[in-house]
Amino acid sequence: MLAMRGIHKSFDGTQALRGVDFSANRGEVHAIVGENGAGKSTLMKILSGAIARDVGEIMLDGAPADVSTPFAAHRLGIRAVYQEFSLVPHLTVAENILLGQMPPSRVPGCVDWNEAHRRAEEILHTIGFVGIDVRSVVRRLSVSHQQMVEIAKAAAVRPTIMILDEPSAVLSQEELNRLFALVRQLKQEGTLVLYISHRLDEVYEIADRITVLKDGQLVGTVQPLTADQGQLIRMMVGRSLGEIFPSRQPPCDEVALEVKGLGREGSFSDVSFSLHRGEVLGMSGLVGSGRTQVVRCIFGADPSDRGELFLNGQRVHPRSPREAVNEGIALLTEDRKRDGLVLICSIRDNASLASFEWLSRWGVIHRRRQAAEVQQKVKELDIRPPMIDRLARQLSGGNQQKLVLAKWLMTRARVLILDEPTRGVDVATKVAIYQLISDLAADGIGILLVSSELPEILGLSDRALVMREGRVVAEFTRAEASEEKLLAAAAGVRQ
Amino acid sequence: MTSELAPRPSTPAQAQGRLQARLLGKAGALGRRRWVDYAFIGAFLLLLVITATVSDVFFTQRNLSNLGRQAVTNGLLSLGMLVVVLTGGIDLSVGSVVALAAIMVSGLSKGGMPLLLAILICLVVGAVAGAVNGLFIARFKLQPFIVTLATMGAIRGLVFVYSDTPITPTDPAFRAVLGAGFVGPFPVSALIMLACYPIVWFFINRARAGRAIVAIGGNEEAVRLAGINVSWHILLAYMISGLFSALAGVMLASRLGIAQPSVGSGFELDAIAAVVIGGAALGGGGGGGSVFGTLAGVLALGMIDNLLNLFNVQSYYQQIFKGLIILVAVLWRRKQ
Repeated sequence: MLAMRGIHKSFDGTQALRGVDFSANRGEVHAIVGENGAGKSTLMKILSGAIARDVGEIMLDGAPADVSTPFAAHRLGIRAVYQEFSLVPHLTVAENILLGQMPPSRVPGCVDWNEAHRRAEEILHTIGFVGIDVRSVVRRLSVSHQQMVEIAKAAAVRPTIMILDEPSAVLSQEELNRLFALVRQLKQEGTLVLYISHRLDEVYEIADRITVLKDGQLVGTVQPLTADQGQLIRMMVGRSLGEIFPSRQPPCDEVALEVKGLGREGSFSDVSFSLHRGEVLGMSGLVGSGRTQVVRCIFGADPSDRGELFLNGQRVHPRSPREAVNEGIALLTEDRKRDGLVLICSIRDNASLASFEWLSRWGVIHRRRQAAEVQQKVKELDIRPPMIDRLARQLSGGNQQKLVLAKWLMTRARVLILDEPTRGVDVATKVAIYQLISDLAADGIGILLVSSELPEILGLSDRALVMREGRVVAEFTRAEASEEKLLAAAAGVRQ
Repeated sequence: MTSELAPRPSTPAQAQGRLQARLLGKAGALGRRRWVDYAFIGAFLLLLVITATVSDVFFTQRNLSNLGRQAVTNGLLSLGMLVVVLTGGIDLSVGSVVALAAIMVSGLSKGGMPLLLAILICLVVGAVAGAVNGLFIARFKLQPFIVTLATMGAIRGLVFVYSDTPITPTDPAFRAVLGAGFVGPFPVSALIMLACYPIVWFFINRARAGRAIVAIGGNEEAVRLAGINVSWHILLAYMISGLFSALAGVMLASRLGIAQPSVGSGFELDAIAAVVIGGAALGGGGGGGSVFGTLAGVLALGMIDNLLNLFNVQSYYQQIFKGLIILVAVLWRRKQ
C-alpha cells in the first residue's frame, strides 16, 4: 500500500538518508528501529510532509502521493506524533484535540463549549484514554498525559497512516498498555501504524514486522517471530554488543546520603532511604509516583515540608540547587531540553555551567583551564563532534545527554542523582552511559538512579526502591529483584 | 592540471567527504558567525561608499566627529540594553534614566558640588534605578516589559519633580572636556563610549557573571538547576543597563550644555533597534546578540541619521526611514 523508493535526504551536506526503499501494508504495525541518527525520524518526517525529500518517490496504493507539506499529507490521511510535541500549551485539552474544528455555537463566531468538551471526551473515550480532564490546560498536564493527548489528537481523525515517533519514552506501563490497545484497534480498522521506538521489548510486543535502519540505509526487514533481539541489535549497530550491562563492584558500607522522613505536601510523604558510597540505588515506579519530586527536593530545586537529609553524616538542608551543588550533590533532570541544556550555548558553556565557580578567579573564567577540563570530559564521554565551541543544539540526542552528564561530572559531585539518564538515546549511547555509571560507582560516588526502564534498574542497581503514590513501598536487593516483583510493587498488586 | 593540485587522486565521494569535514570544522570554529553578519558588514560598507560619492561633506573631520559625538548616547544605551536582552528581557526605562542623570548632574554641579562627585552620584542613582527594575523582574517574577514600562513613567515623573525647567550646568570643565573635548582628532565622549565596548565584550564572553547571563537567556531553569543564582544575575543585568543609561545621560548633558527634563524620550527605541540589528533575538532568549554587532547597529543608525541630516530630510521622514530599516534588518535575519 505504501511504497517509498530511493529516498535520499541530506542536511547541510550530511547524508541523513541514502536510497531507502521502504514498503508497508494496510492493517499492519510496522516498527522502525535503529540508533539515533540512523534516519528513522527523517524518513517519517518526509512521509508526513514535515520535510522535503531530495530524491525518491512515494507511492500510496499504486499512485504517486503528494506529501509536499503537512497539510497535503493530512489530506491523504497521514498523521504523525513526534517526540517534540505540537500541542498549544496554554489551550485546554479539548481545544487541542479539536484544533481547527471547534464546533460553532448559534451565536456567530463563538464556540459551543459544551459540545466541544463532549466531543473531546468522546474521542478520548473511544480510544480508551480515560482520566484526562478535557477542560484542563495542557501546560498543567504531566508529560505523559500530554503525550496521550497528542496521540488522541492524531488518532481522532482515523488516519490511513499513523506515525508514532518514540511514543513510549514518557509513558508509564499502564499508559503504554492503553496505547497498545489503541494501536491494535487502529490496525483492525485498516490503518498502517508506523512505530518508532528504542525499546525493543515494546517493538516485539506490538509489531508485525520490523525494519532496521542504519546510517541512513535500510538494513533489512524482519519478523519478530523469526529474529531475536540479539540479532536485531546486531543489525542496528553492525556488531555484537556483548553484555549490555557492565559488571559491578560491591559498594562500601559508608553512607553517602541518608534521607529521613522527607515529605512534601501533595506529592510525597515519609520517604526514607540511605545511599552508600559506590552504590547504585535504583528507584523505580510508575510515572507520577513521586520519584522526580523526591529527587528534586533532595536537590533543593523544590522545597520540602518535612524530613532531614544527611550527607556523609552531616545534616544538610539545601534550599536551592546552588546550595546542593556546593554540598556535592548533582541532579541530572529527566528532560534535557527543558531544564538540562542551554541549547543556544556552546558545549564549553554547557559543560562548565555548574562549575563556573571553581573555574574562575575574581569573577573571570580561566579560559585555558576551562577548555582543558571540558575537552577532557568530551574525550572521556566521547561526545561527538569533539569541538567544544559547537552549540548544544547542533548535537544529536545521545551526545546532548552525554553533555548534560559532562556538566555534572565536572562538579566532582559525591552524590549523583540521575533521573531517566537514558531517555530517548540510542543503544550505543545507552551502553556507554551504563558503563559510565558503573565506573563512577567504582570511584566511590553514590548514585541514585531513577528510571522507568526496569532492565536498567535490574542491570545496574545494587538495591532497588519502588515508589507508589508518593511513598516508598518496597526495597529489593540485587539478588531479590525481578521485573515481576518491581512491577507488582509499583502497581500495588499483592503477590 | 587538477592532478597537480590534488595531493593524490581520490574518488569524488572521498573528496566530498573531506571537503565536508573541513567545511564543518570551519563552521564550528567560527561559531555563531553567519552569512548575514557578513552581508550586514557589506551593506554597511556599501552605504559608506555611496555616501562618499554623493556627499562631499560627510567625510570631513567636522562631520565625522559630530557623528561620533551624536552616537555616544545610543552607543552607551545599547550596551546596557544588550546585556538585558541577553537575559531574555527588555528595558524601556533607559530614556527616563538618561533624563534623570542629565538633570541631576546639572543640578548638583550647579549647586556647587564637585563635578566628579556629582557624576558618581548620578551613576549610582542609575544603577539603583536598574536595581529596582531588576528586583521586580527577578525577585517577584514580573514581566520585564511591564515593569520597565512602569518605571519609565515613574522615573520621568521624578525628573520633573526634581526640576520642571531646564538646568544649565555651570562648571565649564564639564562642557569643555566631556562634551566638546578632543584627543587629537577624536572627541573624548566618543572615545569613552568606544572604550566601553571591549569592557562589555570581556564581561559577556569572559566573566563568570556574563556567561551566566547569556545562559539565562537561553534556558533559565537549566541555569538555576546548575546551581547559579539566577535572580542575582538578572538584577545585575538591569543594574548594568541603569548604569550605562546614567552615563549616557551625563554625556548628553555635557554635549548639549543644558539638561531638559523632557530629554531622552524615545531613546529606548533606538537602543533596542541597535541591539536587534546587531543580531540579538528579542524575547525567548536573546540568542545571537553580540557586542560588536550592537556597535555596528549603533554606527549604522547614527550614520543614517547623519546622512539624512546632511541631505536635509525632515526628521519625521527620518523616523519612518529608520523604522523601515529596523524591520528589514530583522526580517533579513529571520530568513536564516
